[in-house]
Amino acid sequence: MRDESQDQILKKTVLHSTHVESNAKMVPFGGWDMPVQYANGIIAEINAVRNVAGIFDVSHMGRFEFEGEGAESFLSTFLSANLPVLKIGRGKYNFICNEHGGIIDDAMVYRTGDQSFLLVINAGNAEVDMEWINPLVAKSTGFSMNVVTNETAMIAIQGPKAVEIMVGLSNGEASNIRRFRIGSATVAGISATLARTGYTGEDGFEVIVSADQGEKLWNVLREAGAIESGLGARDVLRLEAGLPLHGNDLSTETNPFEAGFGRFAYFEAPNSIAGAALKRLSRTEASRALVGFKMTGRGIPRSGLNIHESNSGIIDESSVIGRVTSGTHSPTVDGGIGMGYVEQKYSATGTNIIIDVRGRPVEAKIVDMPFYKRS
Amino acid sequence: MYPDDLKYSKEHEWVRMNGNIAEIGVTVFAQESLGDVVFVDLPDVGTDVAQFAKFGEIESVKAVSDLFSPVGGKIVEVNAAAIDSPEVVNEEPYGTGWLIKVELADASQLDDLMDSATYQPTLE
Repeated sequence: MRDESQDQILKKTVLHSTHVESNAKMVPFGGWDMPVQYANGIIAEINAVRNVAGIFDVSHMGRFEFEGEGAESFLSTFLSANLPVLKIGRGKYNFICNEHGGIIDDAMVYRTGDQSFLLVINAGNAEVDMEWINPLVAKSTGFSMNVVTNETAMIAIQGPKAVEIMVGLSNGEASNIRRFRIGSATVAGISATLARTGYTGEDGFEVIVSADQGEKLWNVLREAGAIESGLGARDVLRLEAGLPLHGNDLSTETNPFEAGFGRFAYFEAPNSIAGAALKRLSRTEASRALVGFKMTGRGIPRSGLNIHESNSGIIDESSVIGRVTSGTHSPTVDGGIGMGYVEQKYSATGTNIIIDVRGRPVEAKIVDMPFYKRS
Repeated sequence: MYPDDLKYSKEHEWVRMNGNIAEIGVTVFAQESLGDVVFVDLPDVGTDVAQFAKFGEIESVKAVSDLFSPVGGKIVEVNAAAIDSPEVVNEEPYGTGWLIKVELADASQLDDLMDSATYQPTLE
């Protein structure tokens, strides 16, 4: 086993000692020491989120506040969201793309006021994003940027009971915040910002509180019946829900259109850095597509494995048609599931493919995503 | 956690001898490190495996690990229960979660393995 923790000093969220006390298995993730699972294991956590409610410490995700008359225009330079039409209290999934349309990061942007925004980015991309954004900040005026990652804690509560739990703890305030909305509420006496979003395919909230209230909120949610869940469960849940992970399924080498997320790539903002490239990509047929597939033979797909066409019966370089970008065993689907890029002509739903599982050819079939949809 | 009647390899497999038949599985340390076992790939009965050679793969939700045979010989039985219900490896790693049985080719190979008292300190 490799121990990457020796290579760098890892950051800790305010809930770190709480996780350690709960006997969580801690692993390095995006520069942070994070819980990958707790004592009952990943499958128990997945089942808890699908059937009741789970809580995740997502305090490692980058959080930025922008405020001022120039904020909307500034954010439009590097985000692929149509911000002028984004109403107060609403959020939008979008991308930070480079001048070629390559995806530097994916992000959630929320309009929290007439001239104020919250941006939530991936922990592992925080440095790269800042390198991209900082030179733009230097060239712009009329707004302030405030990094609130360290002064706040963020906890996601997800699952069929998540909303009920939050409504109960907030004297009903949480029920006013509908899907993809953001608002304020007092949760168990704690002043909080609630976003009705998540990364699991379940309903629920992402709750931001001041850092010193993080542990209290975590314990209140646990006492209310939510099960502590780690990054291992989160990765399976997001894949079951057909949600991409930057670094696996999205990167600067891929663009939103071939990934199938063109509807989140608005390119008409006049000052958009990626606008021209995204516009061109939107009108060109991509040579490949991101697809979901289910294993029909015995085996679990993993990131990096080659995808082959099924007719040849042989797995060699000539039959390679793509590569797996995410894969796992799904307890909800009860089988191996994955995502990967394949040549466009092999991307139709129902196409049989072969995954090269470390030299063993295993049959799979391209299916529509998500693999799981809440009822 | 580490029964006295078993022999252990540094790759965290165990052997239980019954006549010249070696029953083989993974240790508590291995199954706890892996987490929930969701897939086990084992060889066909009748194939030969060399001592310390790879004989299969075991996968958890997060990771893939190779399985190495603590002793060499002909594989005479594989555990269908571990293939059909991989969670038995977590539940009873020394019992219903065994993996393969090997007809031992050379009894002196057992000398290359550790007893419980020698194996446990290697886990610190």
